[in-house]
Amino acid sequence: MVQGPHPAPPRRSAAPAGTPEAREPARLVEPAAREAAPAARPRPVVTEQVTGAKSIVRSLEEAGAEVVFGIPGGAILPTYDPLMDSTRLRHILVRHEQGGGHAATGYAQATGKVGVTMATSGPGATNLVTPIADANMDSIPLVAITGQVGASLIGTDAFQEADIVGITLPITKHNFLVTDPDDIPRTIAEAFHIASTGRPGPVLVDIAKSAMQTDTTFTWPQQLDLPGYHPVTKPHGKQIREAARLLATARRPVLMVGGGVIRSGASAELRRLVDESGAAVVTTLMARGALPDTHPQHLGMPGMHGTVAAVAALQKADLVVALGARFDDRVTGKLSSFAPNATIVHADIDPAEIGKNRAVDVPIVGDLREVIADLLPELAREQVQHGKPDLEAWWRQIDSWRETFPLGYDEPTDGHLAPQHVISRIGELSGPESIFVSGVGQHQMWAAQFIKYERPNSWLNSGGLGTMGFSVPAAMGAKVGAPDRTVWAIDGDGCFQMTNQELATCTINEIPIKVAVINNSSLGMVRQWQTLFYESRYSNTDLHTGHGTIHVPDFVKLADAYGAVGLRCETTADVDATIKRAMEIDDQPVVVDFTVSRDSMVWPMVAAGVSNDDIQYARGISPAWDRED
Amino acid sequence: MSRHTLSVLVENKPGVLTRVAGLFARRSFNIHSLAVGPTEHDEISRITVVVDVDALPLEQVTKQLNKLINVIKIVELEDAASVQRELLLVKVRAEGPVRTQVLEVVELFRAHVVDVVPDTVTIEATGSPGKLTALLAALEPFGVREIVQSGIVAIGRGPRSITDRALERVSRSA
Repeated sequence: MVQGPHPAPPRRSAAPAGTPEAREPARLVEPAAREAAPAARPRPVVTEQVTGAKSIVRSLEEAGAEVVFGIPGGAILPTYDPLMDSTRLRHILVRHEQGGGHAATGYAQATGKVGVTMATSGPGATNLVTPIADANMDSIPLVAITGQVGASLIGTDAFQEADIVGITLPITKHNFLVTDPDDIPRTIAEAFHIASTGRPGPVLVDIAKSAMQTDTTFTWPQQLDLPGYHPVTKPHGKQIREAARLLATARRPVLMVGGGVIRSGASAELRRLVDESGAAVVTTLMARGALPDTHPQHLGMPGMHGTVAAVAALQKADLVVALGARFDDRVTGKLSSFAPNATIVHADIDPAEIGKNRAVDVPIVGDLREVIADLLPELAREQVQHGKPDLEAWWRQIDSWRETFPLGYDEPTDGHLAPQHVISRIGELSGPESIFVSGVGQHQMWAAQFIKYERPNSWLNSGGLGTMGFSVPAAMGAKVGAPDRTVWAIDGDGCFQMTNQELATCTINEIPIKVAVINNSSLGMVRQWQTLFYESRYSNTDLHTGHGTIHVPDFVKLADAYGAVGLRCETTADVDATIKRAMEIDDQPVVVDFTVSRDSMVWPMVAAGVSNDDIQYARGISPAWDRED
Repeated sequence: MSRHTLSVLVENKPGVLTRVAGLFARRSFNIHSLAVGPTEHDEISRITVVVDVDALPLEQVTKQLNKLINVIKIVELEDAASVQRELLLVKVRAEGPVRTQVLEVVELFRAHVVDVVPDTVTIEATGSPGKLTALLAALEPFGVREIVQSGIVAIGRGPRSITDRALERVSRSA
């Protein structure tokens, strides 16, 4: 195998599934990192005389970074020289900056650490715009280090100059321009602190090449100077008591669990709240895995492609307790008719989310782990006072929805694979200890619906921004962060063609991800909308990659060209064997081309902009809500 | 929609005004006026922003502003509990016999003439937006040639300083 200048570190042997280590749920932000800023950590003050470039490398080391996904170029070049000598930082040379950004994102989600990506100025930096916007929408801790042209050239339209601080202003949690090398350690320390605390998010640090080339003193700051940054993590007791009272007395309660529960590592607390309250639970696209799908109170995913039971429960609820969810339009449908009879309790670490879309009766600002932990004893107290609520009628109604409208699909009539079957089998054969990373589109929705998630951070996807091409690089980053886990990229043929160049990175750096291309030879979700809303006029959605086409590109040959194993599966009989074959290969990336029917559609569906009451279970079939059974 | 005056204390760092102005633009909040300047503390600048929003969107404006890392504190200044002033410079035709009438208006509004040439005078006036509108209306008949106006600056009435608590935080974290 060809090795880069840094030989890949030896891969650890896969831990047997079910070992305590493998079962330990990864938390996105470690408690120590949340509560203690570098300020609180007593460290000896070390000063070193270094270049600015070396100061960047030292700062990344001190900030706890272990892996950097990046590509060098002119303005960042000085930093890549000392980076070569660092024994604490593993740099993974990606093939496109977007891949580096998503890889850092996947790494962050799999490990709970801050993901780090590095790029040069101008086009290097602008190629990071998509992964930064993605991380911003999905609240992922990401630090992006970009080189900038020399300080004296800034503003002159110099070669490879782009105002990346200006460009990323609206899509970062915060960003910095550094022109004085003395500011490097403090700025990087602040960047990591901001990225990982409160509501996590991306922080960009743009550093002028001249600052990298100037001598400076490296001192890791003992204190941070962020007078305007004080995330509230401890919820208000009065609001907690009110929420507990409502939860103890509601007759049709639903806990709407969002990605915030995953980010705060609150799954264990959530589980107790679910059990104690007896309420129905829905997990949004960003929260799949926050509560095991096997839990009897779990109704699945709400929203545009949610289960009928989840959507209906929200519509008929008298109390919705939103936990780290942001009432996204894909969840609420037409906002004015969402959960029309429900009192709303909304807990979130970001005060701006509360009341942003839906008016709230009980606002709770705080870290979800603390919120739920505080809620539990108050709920117990209320239940002692009022007795456990009688939810029998509510559950009877929910169960009738579940029985009448379970998740399902029709076998395709064209003889090709049912994509839902392929994805289900990947989930079942690979098991809940695996990590599943999707792109965006039909395959994403099927992966959210048909894989059973049993633990947090086992489902990674681009929820808010909806970034096609997320899957392969994010899976790569996840595998670097969790080398002992099986990592499946569940990708579409459209998505795969946007970022598959990172297969080269995977092969060369021995990052054996598995890619399932759910190949329907088209931009499937767009095609579905064309079928439903544009009279089946398929404008520019045919990709010619599937069965009976010219196969451009041929994904099996493409995999081979990248040094990965390419497999193709075209019949239902071969599905299990192909998946098992892919799972046996652990020393190379594997790409499986599943040629599936292009006519399969994602159901249920709430069309964009209509009320959730108008959910269609399948085309033309709407549940009759007010029928009394 | 109603008009609200917000005093926003920010770190005195490059680009902070862009962050604030950009936030208003991308969240579709209407800025009526905006003024920025130093405060009694070198490390803090003060932005006075007047927005046209209803109460609920105003809460969202405030929350979004608070999310900006460089924003230290936001206070809404109610009309009755604050002094609000704009600065106006206006160039008016004032030839021959009209000049006396123009100067009478200047006197009436307690404004000042800051520049005089044979055919025009330039007038400086400060006051509430209402007063300045009235002044302009009074000058209009003479022929207004050029107007430049600042954003509103505002300060709360009474002994309290809104920078006090903000500064405590700054010194605590320093």
